Amino acid sequence: MSDQSHARSDHDLAPGEEEQHSVGTRILGYVVGLVLALLLTATSFFIAGTDLVWQPSIPVALIVLAIAQMGVHLVFFLHITTGPDNTNNVLALAFGLLVVFLVVGGTVWIMAHLNANMPPMDQIMRMQ
Amino acid sequence: MAMTATAGHAHADPHHIGLVIEHPGPASKRIVTAYGFWIFLLSDIVMFSCFFAAYAVLSGQTAGGPKGSEIFEQRNVAIETVCLLLSSFTCGMASIAADVRNRFWFYLGMTVTCVLGLIFLVIEFREFADLVARGYGPSRSAFLTAFFSLVGCHGLHVSAGVLWLLTMMAQVFAKGFRADVLRRMMCFALFWHALDIVWVGVFSVVYLLGSAA
Repeated sequence: MSDQSHARSDHDLAPGEEEQHSVGTRILGYVVGLVLALLLTATSFFIAGTDLVWQPSIPVALIVLAIAQMGVHLVFFLHITTGPDNTNNVLALAFGLLVVFLVVGGTVWIMAHLNANMPPMDQIMRMQ
Repeated sequence: MAMTATAGHAHADPHHIGLVIEHPGPASKRIVTAYGFWIFLLSDIVMFSCFFAAYAVLSGQTAGGPKGSEIFEQRNVAIETVCLLLSSFTCGMASIAADVRNRFWFYLGMTVTCVLGLIFLVIEFREFADLVARGYGPSRSAFLTAFFSLVGCHGLHVSAGVLWLLTMMAQVFAKGFRADVLRRMMCFALFWHALDIVWVGVFSVVYLLGSAA
């Protein structure tokens, strides 16, 4: 754990760190990320307020656009890639995503069914 | 002997990146620090996902109070989103400047990031104050409780991020681009970009889905 070791000859890349690139290439990466993110954001805002598309598809489209934009942020801003020097970072991310999907998906699923299977509140009151 | 050596090489280069170090030793402090911070960020995102789950369950429980579509103003949300996106970009510029030890661009990038973050916070605070003034505070309905805790939690993170940003500027001013300061700067950049990712979820799920429904 030497403090000075800035050497990029290590096996792994820290999260957020890029492989050795020139400054111009790095700036270009951020510009591409920014443009993509702005495009996806603009599409989201447009889709949410339009009558041009089939209305029930709007929530799905918004969620897909949000996930796409999160991907853009991960790749272009946080530099989480599929490269071999990024394996540790990707594995940690995968575990985090697993927990996120279990929590959100599980909660929505269970609570929706609870709601459907519960009698209305006044009936419960009368049963007591 | 030759066989053993080959086997050893194959083991030292499991991903075939063509870079063989027999005994690389522990990773550099920069990698260990950033990796630990990455784990923290992921746990932070897991915490946010609990708030998202609570909001998803409670978003219809308005108890006779306002629905989302009645209180959200898309124009403000669009300005907030653009502010955070641009601040993520300028934060990236500042971290590049820190890597090449260019003080001018570092201070410029960090200042713009700070200003954009503050604009975001002001708009959010005014939105909250306006809602509370109209009697739609967090205690009005389960929906508003979930809304204020999710969006407020993100706002608190941004506030903490702005404080951290100012600390980083002060540290670079006082200590220069030392290795430890650069490590902190890297963690700060990760933090700021991760906040932007959470905000993508917030504006999509809370504001856009809320006003579409």
